[in-house]
Amino acid sequence: MAIDILLLLILVIIAIAAIHMKDLLACGVLLGGYSLIMAVLWTNLNAVDVAFTEASVGAGITTVLLIAAISRTKRREDDPSPFRHKVQMSIIVLASTAVFVFALLDAPNFGDPNAPANQHVAPRYIHESSHETGVLNMVTAVLASYRGYDTLGETTVIFTAGMCLVMLLRRKNE
Amino acid sequence: MFEAAAILILIAVFLVLYRAVKGPTIYDRVLAVNVIGTKTVVLLAIIGFISARPHFLDIALVYALINFIATIAILKYMDTGGLD
Repeated sequence: MAIDILLLLILVIIAIAAIHMKDLLACGVLLGGYSLIMAVLWTNLNAVDVAFTEASVGAGITTVLLIAAISRTKRREDDPSPFRHKVQMSIIVLASTAVFVFALLDAPNFGDPNAPANQHVAPRYIHESSHETGVLNMVTAVLASYRGYDTLGETTVIFTAGMCLVMLLRRKNE
Repeated sequence: MFEAAAILILIAVFLVLYRAVKGPTIYDRVLAVNVIGTKTVVLLAIIGFISARPHFLDIALVYALINFIATIAILKYMDTGGLD
């Protein structure tokens, strides 16, 4: 429990620091650290394959892509926006936060066994996934077998995005 | 016992985090995030033992292997101004 709280505290500190930093390269470096801590959090929740993806994509590939983007653009962030924009943005953010908090008031308690999310298909996964799919890890069974077509679609989206990035970042005169 | 070790390592992460946030040069931050990655590896091994699943050690090893990719990219950018 204390481990979770400390990990989440580190995440919040890194996120705030990354927002306030003007050096975009430093932001990219900090976000790599963010992904590493996030991966530990996933592992602590027993979602090992999600943690794997987070570490390799978040800490590895995303940082490299951010640096590639910085090397094609510029390293410093522009001067801060005028005060009027900040006020407008604050109003929008506070209003949407209020809406989210209002929606959360109706949410079931964390880990409530009678919550709709735990009543619908979760019992079937818990009881049947081991001998229906032969995969011992339940999260992996859901991702790769029950929702295999979803994962295939996600892979297609990520492949398309990667192709677009290659086209954008490629040098013209080669 | 293992939880105490995990909390101590997290406190060490906080100490390194100060250098990562404060700064002043990019090399401080790169080194700090690299140390955070190393501590992540140890933390994963400890979490594996806390939850009685010692095969998390394999995952910790893979993390140690992919830890250096971002560092190499950053240092190459600082050296040549690009990734080509």
